[in-house]
Formats: sequence, C-alpha cells, structure tokens
Amino acid sequence: MADLTKKSLTEIVSLIKKKEIKSEEVTNLFIKNIENDKKLNSFITNCNEHAIKKAKKFDKNPKLDTLLPGIPIAVKDLFCTEGVKTTAGSKMLDNFIPNYESTITKNLWNEGAFLLGKLNCDEYAMGSSNETSFFGNVMNPVAKNTVPGGSSGGSASALAADLTPTTIGTDTGGSIRQPASFTGTVGLKPTYGLCSRWGIVAFASSLDQAGPMTKTVEDCALMLEAMAGFDEKDSTSINKKKENYSKNLTNNIKGLKIGIPKEYRVDGMPKEIDELWENGKKILKESGAEIIDISLPNTKYALPTYYIVAPAEASSNLARYDGVKYGFRSNKGTNLIEMYENTRSEGFGDEVKRRILIGTYVLSSGYYDAYYIKAQKVRQLIKNDFDESFKKVDAILTPSTPSAAFKIGEKKNDPISMYLNDIFTVPVNLAGIPAISIPAGTDNNNYPLGLQLIGKTLDEQKLLNIAFAVEKKINFKQNLNRWWEK
Amino acid sequence: MSIDKDKIKHVSKLARISVDEKKIDDLTKDLSSIFKFIEQLNELNTDKVEPLSSILNEPLRSRKDEINDGKIRDKILENSPKKNEEFFVVPKVIE
Repeated sequence: MADLTKKSLTEIVSLIKKKEIKSEEVTNLFIKNIENDKKLNSFITNCNEHAIKKAKKFDKNPKLDTLLPGIPIAVKDLFCTEGVKTTAGSKMLDNFIPNYESTITKNLWNEGAFLLGKLNCDEYAMGSSNETSFFGNVMNPVAKNTVPGGSSGGSASALAADLTPTTIGTDTGGSIRQPASFTGTVGLKPTYGLCSRWGIVAFASSLDQAGPMTKTVEDCALMLEAMAGFDEKDSTSINKKKENYSKNLTNNIKGLKIGIPKEYRVDGMPKEIDELWENGKKILKESGAEIIDISLPNTKYALPTYYIVAPAEASSNLARYDGVKYGFRSNKGTNLIEMYENTRSEGFGDEVKRRILIGTYVLSSGYYDAYYIKAQKVRQLIKNDFDESFKKVDAILTPSTPSAAFKIGEKKNDPISMYLNDIFTVPVNLAGIPAISIPAGTDNNNYPLGLQLIGKTLDEQKLLNIAFAVEKKINFKQNLNRWWEK
Repeated sequence: MSIDKDKIKHVSKLARISVDEKKIDDLTKDLSSIFKFIEQLNELNTDKVEPLSSILNEPLRSRKDEINDGKIRDKILENSPKKNEEFFVVPKVIE
C-alpha cells in the first residue's frame, strides 16, 4: 500500500481495525517518509525506535476498541513527553527532558496511539511563520522557501507532507488555524477549557488551547474526541460529559443560521479570498443554511488587545526560566543576578525577548491601568460582540487568514506586518470560543487558503458538522509536487 | 507614551534580560511601532466597562491541599544545569 501515508487518519484506523494492515507497517511507512524531512525541517526529535517498539507491541496483542489503535503520531514540541526531550523551539529548553507526560498526549496514548516524534514550532509558540524557532525555519510542502505559518508550523508541514497521519498543535492567537490554512489542512482551536493545558509549555495561559490538526474534518472530530476531557490538574478545565464528535458527525446543516461579519473584509486582501468567502456562503445556502449579515464592531481592536494580554501573561509565565532548576544556564557573570540576566539573554531568541519586554512594561508600576486593564476591558467588549451575534446565528463564517503563505524572510523584520497574519484568528482566542479552519481554495500562486468557522462556547459538534458539509462540497484537492523529496 | 532607550533599559532590568547595546536602537524602533499599534485602544471609551477577569463562565476550582505525587527528587535534579548531591547550585549570594 504505497499510498497509505496519503490516506486520512480515519481510513488508516479503519484498515487497522479490519486487520488489513499492521501498526508496524503503518509506522514504517511514515518513518520512511520522515527520512525526507531534511529540506522541510519539520521534526526536532525523531522517535523511530520508540515508535517501532510500540507498534510491535500493539500488533502482538491488538486492542481495537480504542479511537486511535496502533496509530503513530508526531506532536508539536510544546507538549511535554516523559523521557523525550521537549524544547518549545527554544535554546532555553534544548536539554530539557520532562519526567511527566502532558494530559493531552497521555489521552492520545490511552486511545492506542504512540509517539512518532516532536515537531518544530516557533520559540515558545511566539510567531506566525515558524521563523523564530531555535531549530531553524520550517518550509511549507506547498512550495519551496515559503513559510508553513506558525506557531504550529512543524505540525502543519509534517501533516501536509504525509510525515504523520495526524498531529496536535496549540493555538494562542491562531497558531493552529493559520498554519492549517497555509498548508491546505484542517485545524481546530477548541473552546478554552475543553482540552487540558497541563504539561504544555505555557505561553499565555488565558488564551492557550491545544487542538487537532488533520487532513479531513472527519479526522478532526476523531482526534478532538480523543483529546478532550476534564482534567483535575488544570484549574481551567471544564467539567462536562465526553462527546462522541466522530459518531455524531453529519453534513445535515439545514436551517442553521450562519453569520457573515462585515468587519472581516480588510484592505489589501487578495481577491481570491473574497471569492472563496463568497463560495463558502453559496455552499452553505445550497446546504440549507441561512446566511445573515452581522457586525462584530470591535474586531479591529482585537490585535492591539492581544499584543497587551499575551505578552503580559508570557512575561509572567517565562519568569520561571532562570537557569537554576532546568534548562539552559549561561556560564557568564559573577553573581546570581548576572547569571539570571545572561541566561535569559542568551537562552531566549529576539521575538521572545521582545514579547517579555512588552509584557513587563505593560504590567509595570504606573502603566498597568493604561495598558493591561484597558486591554482587559476591550477584551470584554470583544467577547460581548460574539455573545450578541450568537443570539442571532449558530456559527460565523470568515476567511482564516488575510493572505496565503508568504516567502521566508518576507515579514521577519516588520513585527506589525507579521502580527497582522492573525487578524482573523485572534478575536476567537480573546473570547475563548471554538473555531476551525478548513482548506477552501488557492490564491494566484496556487497556494492554499482556508475558511474559518467560529462557534459558540462548547458547540464543537455543530462547528464540525458545518465544516464537514462545506468540506464535502468544496472538495479541495491538495496538489503537491513533493519538491522536498527530490 | 513613547518608548525610549532608558525605558527599555529599565524594563530589561525588571525582566532580568540583559540587552546588547548594539541591538538597543533596533529594539527601541520595534517596540515603539508596537506600542503605537496597541495604543489604538485609546480611541475606545471604556469608562463603563468592567475588565474581563476570566473567560470561563464558571469560577475556578480549587483542589484539596494534599500530596498526590512526590518522591521524584532525583528525577527533578537530573534536569538541573548544576547540582551538588541533592541541591541546586547557584553562584554565591552571601559574602
């Protein structure tokens, strides 16, 4: 089965369940593909031996009544994995081996999956192009020298290049949905609190959320089902009954109301994005949904709010990296304070330092009210906008990003233009609600573009159903020339 | 409010990050443009708005104050950059 690695996760699971293929065969095929990762640079750590061992163990006594039986999965290197180096894309953690397993990865392993490798990402998940990683740029399988998006860039790249059947990322301001959009894949940011944050290297704790990245919406439902669940170790975990997202998936969306926010039409957006947005509306109408124009008036303030709240939380979270208990320590300096200052200066990259400084500034005495409190007030207004809209509609349709993938280096020296990538994804994180990006078309370079569906708190099932219906009718075909294999 | 070199030096002191003199001009430029961008928020009147304190609809839970793990001292020490027997070692702080 030469093309097995191109199949969806759901298809591979079904083949394993029907005993038509062994876990070890599946694992070996993906490991073979990973040999070609050099030019993509999507992996930081390979776990080939571990994966083969786990696959053999599975095949000896296959437990088939699980969601992910015998499935190898590479994960973003932000999830702590017991005994396996976890770097967060930073020099600071280049030698860090956790002695515990994150709840999300543990949930996957409990469903029969096992670790295939750790995937590159922007340093501490701070970036929109995977150019801030200490371990180098990741390239987009779609075209040489283009970025895969970020911060889950390694995850998106590995998935699109068939190096892993599915993967997981984290999304603080768009870090799952934007790379999914750039690589022609599906990415879901769940409701804040649906997936446990325990054991994930923290960036901005009130915004961070883990989610699935997959080739199809059906796969996405399956993965979310495996990941989601209450966790006592995360104080913001929502205590609710588990849902069977994959079993309940349907493309019957008759009578649902879909909102189109006028504020998501921005200057300079390529006309292809407008066209695919129109096409999305058309498809939804054909599927029996009703299209309603809505307004989210504070949308333009979401990014400025995010660039206060996220750095503020990051500066607090990253205070722990002091070179004492784990991670990198500088050997320069003669006293404790100098050791701290040199460790943090040498261990963090430029973007991380920039954000820590912004965060420290907005929280510092005399500026806290003007920046941080102001931002939390505007965050409330942004949340209110969504609350009002969801009185009228079931979901909201927008483009995922204001452009397709760009060239490596193109935006690196202009932080604002880099930040603008997340203009359509950030409001969702601020409001704590779920959103999914699905591939919907291409721009004039033939690079993929995504559509985003935004849902109400804990309304993932409906969101997946709408995405499923749209996906079927769009019938997006990934067309890669596989340049990285040559 | 504008950002200047002195403010950046002060903040980097607070954040315990030493900033390279050669990089400070670029950093000032970048941070100034970022602050100009985030100060768009001042256009909005938020006098009557309560700041958001939690994105969840339910209050945060607290857990029972009991030990449910532990006995992993040696494992934890394995990750330390410098240790001596069962202690983390740091540069001398008391003369």
